[in-house]
Amino acid sequence: MSDLPVLKGVLVLLACQLVGELVVRLFGLDVPGPVVGMVVFLVVLRVRRPRPSSGLVRGPSLLLRHLQLLFVPAGVGVIDYLDVARDHALPLAAGLWLSWALGLAATGGVVAGLLRLRDRSGR
Amino acid sequence: MIPLVGWHPHETWDWLTSSPLFGLTLTLAAYALGRWAHRRTGNPVLQPVLVAVVVIGGVLLLTDVSYDDYLRGGSFVGFWLGPATVALALPLHHEWHLVRRAAMPLLTGIVAGALVSICSAVLVTRVTGGSRLLQLTMAPKAATTPVSIALSDQVGGIPELTAVLTIVAGITGAVAGPWLLDLLRVRDPRARGLALGAASHGIGTSRALQESRVEGAFSALSMALSALATSVLVPVVLLVL
Repeated sequence: MSDLPVLKGVLVLLACQLVGELVVRLFGLDVPGPVVGMVVFLVVLRVRRPRPSSGLVRGPSLLLRHLQLLFVPAGVGVIDYLDVARDHALPLAAGLWLSWALGLAATGGVVAGLLRLRDRSGR
Repeated sequence: MIPLVGWHPHETWDWLTSSPLFGLTLTLAAYALGRWAHRRTGNPVLQPVLVAVVVIGGVLLLTDVSYDDYLRGGSFVGFWLGPATVALALPLHHEWHLVRRAAMPLLTGIVAGALVSICSAVLVTRVTGGSRLLQLTMAPKAATTPVSIALSDQVGGIPELTAVLTIVAGITGAVAGPWLLDLLRVRDPRARGLALGAASHGIGTSRALQESRVEGAFSALSMALSALATSVLVPVVLLVL
């Protein structure tokens, strides 16, 4: 299979992000450009309904398979904050991890509960 | 006579550490190592992003190369986070029929989750002795990196530290999220995906995608909507708390 479709897919992603970034700036929105770009791309996908072999599917799939790679450079930034982390270990660790667990539990619990409630009443 | 071959270790080292080639090669190599370790052991704690950050951090500290020098190459990789965020529309498109049917529970859960995340971040940091600056820095940490950084800046936190906290929250979700959800008996893949995306943004979503396409789709959606909810709620919550 040719790699040309993948290139086309990546090009569409860049174009959607560009549209998103421009919209955000033009209208002074407090939303990140890529998130608006995601909505733009969703509209493209809903309208075009591409086949799995299309670049519109293969390009994004390639990036999503390696999503974790893209966070690595930002994560390495931790080395500049090792001193801060040591000096404020308790509030940083407790604030981060407790609040992470509570946020996860709240979202998961509320959604699971509401879905169960609705499925039961719908029957 | 001019010698044909010299020996220039210092010049070579200076060139190497200030060249984009260094950070870029190191990033891809460490990530490849992380993927290999993850595949080889099947241990969910060995998420490639975690392994790569630890390995690169270790190399930089040992060789005394600064983060800024590393970023000359690393930023080439980081750039693709934007297009990858756009790409998250793909799983959403595939599972659109499920998303539409779950709209109300989904939105309620995301707003509830964002409120709990922000309030608990501020309060727990305060109770354990964190300064107001740290509380402000912690408040937006559940939103995806570009959003959390902008919010931290807006409310007067330390944006660079918020970025790090956000990534750690993400890695925590990839490593321990499914385990905690099992413990809480949240089994519906839609609820699991939403929870991972809300608490751990894109990194949580990468783990959700490993579990199933449905879970990945709901996590992607949750990440985007939680970013919106957090942007609106952080300034409001900070007025009260």
